[in-house]
Amino acid sequence: LSAAPEIPKEDGRPKWDNKFQYILSCIGFAVGLGNVWRFPYLCQIHGGGAFLIPYFIALLFEGIPLLHLELALGQYLRKGSIGAWNTISPYLGGVGVGSWMVSVLVSLYYNTVLTWVMWYFINSFQEPLPWSVCPLNENRTGFNDECYESTAVNYFWYRKTLNITPDIAESGKLQWWLILCLAACWLIVYLCTIRGIETTGKAIYVTAIFPYLVLTIFLIQGLTLPGATEGLIYLFTPNLNTLKNPRVWLDAATQIFFSLSLAFGGLIAFASYNPTKNDCEKDAVTVAIVNSMTSLYASIPVFSVLGFKATTAYWDCLDRNIISIINEFDLPEESIMRQNYTSWISFLNSSYPEKIAGLKLKSCDLQEFLDQSVSGTGLAFIVFTQAIILMPGSQAWAILFFIMLFSLGLSSMFGNIEGVFTPLLELQIIPKSAPKELLSGIICLISFLIALSFTLGSGSYWIDIFDRYAGSVPLLVVAFFEVIGVVYIYKIKRFSKDVEWMTGRKLNLYWQITWRFISPLLLLIVFMAFVTLQMQKPPSYTAWNPKYEGFPMKEEKVYPPWVQAICVLLAALPCVWVPLVALFHLVKQKRKSKDPNFVPPEVFSCQGAN
Amino acid sequence: MLRALLLTLSVVAIAHAELCKPDAQNAFKVRISIKTALGDNAYAWDANEEYLFKAMVAFAMRRYSSKSTTQISNVLLCNVTDRVSFWFVVTDSSKNVTTVPGSEVEAAIRMNRNRINNAFLLSDKTLQFLKITSTLSPPVEPSTPVWLIVFGVVLCLIVAGIVFLIVSGIQKHKKKNKDSTERENLEEKVEVTLENGIPCEALDLKPGHINGVFAADDERFTSL
Repeated sequence: LSAAPEIPKEDGRPKWDNKFQYILSCIGFAVGLGNVWRFPYLCQIHGGGAFLIPYFIALLFEGIPLLHLELALGQYLRKGSIGAWNTISPYLGGVGVGSWMVSVLVSLYYNTVLTWVMWYFINSFQEPLPWSVCPLNENRTGFNDECYESTAVNYFWYRKTLNITPDIAESGKLQWWLILCLAACWLIVYLCTIRGIETTGKAIYVTAIFPYLVLTIFLIQGLTLPGATEGLIYLFTPNLNTLKNPRVWLDAATQIFFSLSLAFGGLIAFASYNPTKNDCEKDAVTVAIVNSMTSLYASIPVFSVLGFKATTAYWDCLDRNIISIINEFDLPEESIMRQNYTSWISFLNSSYPEKIAGLKLKSCDLQEFLDQSVSGTGLAFIVFTQAIILMPGSQAWAILFFIMLFSLGLSSMFGNIEGVFTPLLELQIIPKSAPKELLSGIICLISFLIALSFTLGSGSYWIDIFDRYAGSVPLLVVAFFEVIGVVYIYKIKRFSKDVEWMTGRKLNLYWQITWRFISPLLLLIVFMAFVTLQMQKPPSYTAWNPKYEGFPMKEEKVYPPWVQAICVLLAALPCVWVPLVALFHLVKQKRKSKDPNFVPPEVFSCQGAN
Repeated sequence: MLRALLLTLSVVAIAHAELCKPDAQNAFKVRISIKTALGDNAYAWDANEEYLFKAMVAFAMRRYSSKSTTQISNVLLCNVTDRVSFWFVVTDSSKNVTTVPGSEVEAAIRMNRNRINNAFLLSDKTLQFLKITSTLSPPVEPSTPVWLIVFGVVLCLIVAGIVFLIVSGIQKHKKKNKDSTERENLEEKVEVTLENGIPCEALDLKPGHINGVFAADDERFTSL
């Protein structure tokens, strides 16, 4: 039953041009926007250098084993996610469908994030940058109110890009500029994935390597900026006390898991195009380590720039106070400088306390500015864009930055689309005679039409929902069943023999222990903790409402019940296939066994790797 | 004679002091930030600069009301501080000891703001008239927004790429079909000649022909 299959020399399955393309595709899939805008944030809020401890422990016991499992599975069975899991056991077919569904949901919203990146990119060719100045109001006596009360950067993001509505229930209208950019993004995705790995394999050379170049350029530039060292010290100063908080461990585990893009089915698809005699063990370790190193490498320029921004904001705060004081007391210019500000303030406070109080000076604290930590889209589109305005030659920096983000996101999109494309190709949704270009075209077209709903005024609220619910819990569930399925249903002994056949070495104890016990246990704990944490606070979101009293702070709102229902649906839809398919096969089995003429077939189909 | 002169001077001085003081009616505060604007090339604010300022204000009044009655002596400066900031009023020589209404002064300054700024190598932000708001310059808006042009370029590149790939795919497909039909024809001919390992010319498949291979063995078998 587990006889080694003959190596199908020409089974017509596409293959990678060379090993490097495959490794680069896996790395490109794993390295995405999260490495740039989530990892540095987590490092910062969870005690800097100390966060690396739980991060590397999670990498060792969760990331690398699961990655190896997926790559080995895909490479041995030479099928996409749905086909592979059907082959392992028809009862586990639901796992494949689940991961396919997650890939679909994530592709939809992920490309819309790339739409925003593209919008910023095409707006970076102007002088001055459109997010650096506020537009004037109607009678040209001052600036637009919404812009003046918040900042020009916030205004450009919330009004000129998203044209956001104050509430998720208000959909607003479709923003035509976003539709144009969305169409362009889906056309780019179609261009690159038109013939599956044949075309993505070529595109990946650019999209996977380019971000590293730009990160290096930003690293050099970032380190020369004033205030960069403060930012880096702040980022990396270890605070070991944070390790006592279980939240930190949970964040480390989830970060590793989502960062490696596990359970999407994309990695299985990539590995299925490999020759079977390939060392998947070394590949897995390589990809995982490169992903983590990239996260670390990316956090250096990010934090240099954030340190620079905080320092500049601090200096601006001081300067504004100094101007107020000089104007009020009619002191000569440059009498108060940043260095002697504190001595002057104490002197004036003692001599003219009422006057000083009347000025309403803001307290300027560098720590406070450094503490303003942001992650996600806020980091890229608000904080970083603000920092870029302050750099000399800001157009060039903006263009580089947004091309880098676009490449990072695009290479991850390749993996997502591959996770959707390969199983559909194998299920032969379209007749075999029809070209592959048609299937990829249909996928891109349907996704574009559905994603149009994200270009509405309330689109970004919906993307947050998709990110929080469709791209989190289902992945944990699918991954858990993946490990259990391979280890306990397919049986680890059989799998070890398969892997040994592929790599030419016996499976080492580390893999045995992690696959059998540690990884499933870890996944179970992470899943329970994650769900518990999500359920603790009522699902709420922050809305941008210019009419809110606390504006420019965002307004905290609770999701209306119908939205909450959609959240639950998004989380449950991919997971529900696992029990459904198992049940379906069980019922089919029972019905067939009731038939007296029936000869029960082997549950584990042995036409396994054909 | 001397006493009369002193008396007039003191009256004038007091009158001036009455007219020009902080928060007086029709008085404006001016704040100048030379070091901020010019850095190392900053000039010192002295009596000559004050003279120039009075001249510029008089010039502005003349241009605005187009009656050439405002003299430099009509512009009074007071309370000059180290900041540099001071107050000024414009007196009306035709009516005794009164000041020109603030609205007129404001309009005159607004009209000639650019000339005044340039005389001092300063800008609206570094030469501030505290009660006079400046009209902000309209932003330069090109007829087609720049982003649309960039977008057009990007889109053209993408569409060109897609068309190229599709066309090359179709060509490859056609070539593969042509190649595979040629190969099939070739194989058929080969197959026809090698059926069962025996060349077909050897097997004469016409019916009714006695096969010499078997006919010869007939005599060995006993007839039933």
